Amino acid sequence: MLSVSPAKRKGEPVKKEKASAVRQNPTKLFLKKFMRRKMAIFSACFILLLILVAFLAPFVEPFNPSLPDYNNMFAPPSFQHLCGTDEYGRDVFSRLLAGSRSSLWVSLSSVTLGATVGAILGLLAGYYGGWIDRLVMRTCDVLFAFPDLLLAIAIVAVIGPGLSNVVIAVAVFSVPSFARIMRSSTLSVKEALFVEVSRSLGCSNASLMWKHIFPGTVASIIVNFTMRIGTAILAAASLSFLGFGAKTTESDWGAMLSTGRNYLGTAPHIVYFSGGIIFLTVLAFNLFGDGLRDALDPKIQ
Amino acid sequence: MGRYFIKRVLGTIPLMLVVSFIIFMFIHMIPGDPARLMAGKDATPQEIQATRVAWGLDKPLIFQYGSYMDRLFHGNLGTSTETGQSVASMLTSRFQPTLTLSAVALLWSLFVGVLIGVYSAVKRSRWQDYLGMLIAISGISVPTFWLGLVLIQLFSVQLGWLPTGGLSSIWGYILPGFCLGTPIMAIMARFSRSSLLENMKEDYIRTARSKGLKESLVVLRHAFRNSLIEVVTVGGLQVGGLLAGSVIIEQVFTIPGLGRQLVEAISFRDYSVIMAELLLFSFEFVMINLIVDLLYGVLNPKIRYNH
Repeated sequence: MLSVSPAKRKGEPVKKEKASAVRQNPTKLFLKKFMRRKMAIFSACFILLLILVAFLAPFVEPFNPSLPDYNNMFAPPSFQHLCGTDEYGRDVFSRLLAGSRSSLWVSLSSVTLGATVGAILGLLAGYYGGWIDRLVMRTCDVLFAFPDLLLAIAIVAVIGPGLSNVVIAVAVFSVPSFARIMRSSTLSVKEALFVEVSRSLGCSNASLMWKHIFPGTVASIIVNFTMRIGTAILAAASLSFLGFGAKTTESDWGAMLSTGRNYLGTAPHIVYFSGGIIFLTVLAFNLFGDGLRDALDPKIQ
Repeated sequence: MGRYFIKRVLGTIPLMLVVSFIIFMFIHMIPGDPARLMAGKDATPQEIQATRVAWGLDKPLIFQYGSYMDRLFHGNLGTSTETGQSVASMLTSRFQPTLTLSAVALLWSLFVGVLIGVYSAVKRSRWQDYLGMLIAISGISVPTFWLGLVLIQLFSVQLGWLPTGGLSSIWGYILPGFCLGTPIMAIMARFSRSSLLENMKEDYIRTARSKGLKESLVVLRHAFRNSLIEVVTVGGLQVGGLLAGSVIIEQVFTIPGLGRQLVEAISFRDYSVIMAELLLFSFEFVMINLIVDLLYGVLNPKIRYNH
């Protein structure tokens, strides 16, 4: 496609021209379609707020999240302690704000890791076919032979508990879904005419894959990425709940829920708020993912 | 048709062998000396060495795997280092609660999920549709253990209607069954809605309508019938995930099932039990997926001809 243009120069003008001609319309169309989905916009705002809180947590916390106050244990929600206090008298609201860090960090890093590995494997499998394809797909079959959460539990059982091990566990079970999606999108983009043209013009395999095929598969990867973050947050919280994830001393939503469970009778607010925020966050990522999928799907007008 | 069946069934044998090999290697990567654990806390070095030889733990891993599989095919899953019982009998004693719980969860969630999905599709873009889909996406997003705790607090602690946990009566299955089924209900609702909407676009629906058929008949007899194959398939695939879900739910409601046993085994580092549990869970998962695949082949001729 690049060399077809008679005015091919190694400079900016060609690139700009291409960008304005090809890319602007889909972006506009995407934004137009996305903005129509109120729930998705609302979710996007919530996610942005959450990311902001994660960055600014130490500055916006009304109390030190790890500072005990033994005169004020299990206090119900009030104006001073918006979400009450826990078994050490620590402010639950501050701990929730601090916990957004670990939740976002665990989910984003694990899904990014899984997506990168899965996307590369899927791209190679789809592009080259043959034994690489068979190897990658059989490996995915093996990984799919374990239910998601069980695989994570098994991995954590072997490599030991802790948040960084949870990241590895969740990343591993995200790999096959990305590999499969990437492979099938690669297979469909590979047949497109512009790929054929580039190949006949002597484009190398690596540059074909990276410059021509990969951009065509980005949409489906982004959607899966967003959806997977919700799954990752749930999985990480589940592992923490089972006692395989964050330590109970850390400000982590799953761990807070797990300890709060022991005080369900006397101080149910700990469980309500820590679980509620997990629920809302996962819901936001899922709604956002739904909106993205609808907006990126060319079939839906 | 027969060839597709045979190919698919035979294909699971190497898959299960690879899976079992991976689980075996995985368990043996755990730091610690299994012989020391098996011999007991007060064992002398000689006793530990004797145990090691007796269980073949001094041989290379690949031989150990071979003898494990040999014993496995003879129904011997080893002995628990924690309780000293045979692992096989430990598993069978925990089988029934998990099975019943899964059945309860599956029954209500498939029924309600499909109902919500069909109703949402019929009432497309109206408030009923939005409500249905809000329920569905919430069901996918909710942490089931949290839902369980909230329901315990509401129905058991405050209202006192249902037990907080355990299986002393049949009522003990209601709350855990509800929580375990919630994500499945949600997936079924979303899927049956989109599948039905897809089929409603087809030409034969227009034909049916133009014949003057009642809308309810058009939906149920013509559109939904064609969705049913896919709905059954997706429903079947959820069964495998039930076991993983039960690990969490059994923990919340203190149900003495397989999932709880796995968590206990992990915390005690009871390797033979962990190994057997993981094998059982993945075997069940692969088998269910196989059955669903075969069923899909029976119901949908397109698939078997493509293979």
